[in-house]
Amino acid sequence: MALEKFTTITSTAVPVPIENVDTDQIIPARFLKATTRDGFGENLFRDWRYDESGREVSNFPLNDPRYSGQILIGGKNFGCGSSREHAAWAVHDYGFKVVVSSFFADIFRNNCLNNSVLPIQVSKEFADKIFASIAVDSNAIFSANLSDQTFTIEGTNESTKFDISSYKKECLQNGYDDIDYLVSIKDKVEAFESTRA
Amino acid sequence: MKTLFDKIWDSHVVSTIEDGPSALYIDCHLIHEVTSPQAFAGIEKRGVSVFHSDRTFATPDHNVPTIDQHIPIKDALSKFQVDKLTENCENHGIECYGLNHPYQGIVHVVGPQLGLTQPGMTIVCGDSHTSTHGAFGAIAFGIGTSEVEMVLASQCIMQPKPKKMRITVNGNLADGVTAKDLILYIISKVTASGGTGYFVEYAGSAFENLSMEGRMTVCNMSIEMGARGGLIAPDQTTFDYIRNREKAPQGADFDQAVEKWSELKTDEGATFDKELVFDAHDIEPMITFGTNPGMGTNVNGQIPILSTIDSSEKESFKKSIDYMGFSDGDQLIGKSIDYVFVGSCTNGRIEDLREVAEFVKGRKKADSITAWIVPGSKQVEKQAEEEGIVEILEEAGFKLRQPGCSACLAMNDDKVPKGKYAISTSNRNFEGRQGPGSRTLLASPLTAAAVAVSGKIIDPREVAKL
Ligand code: SF4
Repeated sequence: MALEKFTTITSTAVPVPIENVDTDQIIPARFLKATTRDGFGENLFRDWRYDESGREVSNFPLNDPRYSGQILIGGKNFGCGSSREHAAWAVHDYGFKVVVSSFFADIFRNNCLNNSVLPIQVSKEFADKIFASIAVDSNAIFSANLSDQTFTIEGTNESTKFDISSYKKECLQNGYDDIDYLVSIKDKVEAFESTRA
Repeated sequence: MKTLFDKIWDSHVVSTIEDGPSALYIDCHLIHEVTSPQAFAGIEKRGVSVFHSDRTFATPDHNVPTIDQHIPIKDALSKFQVDKLTENCENHGIECYGLNHPYQGIVHVVGPQLGLTQPGMTIVCGDSHTSTHGAFGAIAFGIGTSEVEMVLASQCIMQPKPKKMRITVNGNLADGVTAKDLILYIISKVTASGGTGYFVEYAGSAFENLSMEGRMTVCNMSIEMGARGGLIAPDQTTFDYIRNREKAPQGADFDQAVEKWSELKTDEGATFDKELVFDAHDIEPMITFGTNPGMGTNVNGQIPILSTIDSSEKESFKKSIDYMGFSDGDQLIGKSIDYVFVGSCTNGRIEDLREVAEFVKGRKKADSITAWIVPGSKQVEKQAEEEGIVEILEEAGFKLRQPGCSACLAMNDDKVPKGKYAISTSNRNFEGRQGPGSRTLLASPLTAAAVAVSGKIIDPREVAKL
């Protein structure tokens, strides 16, 4: 099934400078009752975004009118905890195409990659520079260039390389997914099975 | 020279992409109602059928009520999701232990007790605590829904090989110190992110002397330090546990299997990317005070003082203890608790219930405590009835509920109210994990039982002395 193709994203960013953001915060369990992949964006960061009476918490970054864009900047150890892919669906459905952190939890990173969201891990120092530039100007522009594997603070000389396996890069660029690939190597899987019987 | 992890991993690689992941063959796939519906929808949309329906097993657990399971689920969305699991399994020829089936339960309690979980296997499930099954010397880890779809479609997933860490704990645990304390201690040392990128092997006498259920408690929480999973080399304890279980090899096949399983250990001289060593004598009953499982201390300890916290972590530390309604430097002993939850795939097995029953026998639940004791599966429930545990609990003022994940993630009605404190034997103390605004302190079933009796945080060894 073709996924969205990932191209360079140039955008303002939304900072959520909180460490150890777990997927229960990204999408609380009580919203996992859906049987489709759509609509989770509405409840992204639900319990930080809204108080118990459903009113917006004004100082939460997603509600702060100064911040917008397709890039989410998270704190260290972003996406830890539950393996729920709903967290990646929520991030994607809300409109983010890139998540930047100085450290990602493994399963969340995988889940993002399987949903055309690019997780970019940068150094702690670079993450601090990003947060600082948003603090100075909430309209600061950033650019995530997948083919060069660079993340740049536009209008400055600040740019950093990021890692991604060449396989995943190709998948994202072309909108391929792992399932098509696995189905295509079925004969190899069968050959493998016959060697273990 | 290979590690145990290498041996199992390498023997399951179907093919490897250069500078990329491997297609890893999966022996056993477990599914539940919450993370599978979109995967079934996915393969149907592609027009692909389930490749090996006999390697996938299903049971509803996350969403199910823990009372009145004989009547239809009231919550319409939960009911729809649970029904959808049954329907998907029927359509694709997958064995499903639905509500009221004698094998229904939390997926990670069900797999081992049926003998589905065996040494040397690769096991996945759309749930991060799949790491539990590593207790048998298997590579077991949680996956996302896209990966559930991969397994349904091809019996494989695409995975990069993780790095390897060995955590050795020498010596024996003292009385009143349990497997849960052991793993909470390790996580408090390694931190909630210190294991990221690694697969852990647990070694040393502290683990060797644990029962299978204790080993499952340990492996279960590997993910709470960020590790993909954790495993323990199989030994006689493992084989004895598996013998005669329904889905395990039987008779001569079993003996043959044991011979093969006995080779599953790390070769002497094999190297790990990281090695940590601890001493079991340093471990006391543990409790968490913050909002990730790495924020733990021994129960007699105090919450660290803010000025001792690394500056980059100060803010999140403060946010966390503010959420908990604590102050830095606070002593935990003596703090009032409102709820006690005994259950989950970490500590919802029969030995956990036995431990709680033994402790509360002849004592009474504190009036101020609301207690939920939830068996991990129908089989655990049945055993608790047969062993008289249910009566002991009732005499002490407790009631055994019906099996499911329950207050571990509060998707059903078992929610801790805002601002209330819960001692929980589950695995996560995240903000709102047990209900919006709830405050969770993780501990062992023994500590939970002591708190249920005293109404306050207490060292279980103190109550036992009384
Ligand atoms: S008991 Fe808790 S941790 Fe275990 S499978 Fe259920 S929700 Fe997940």
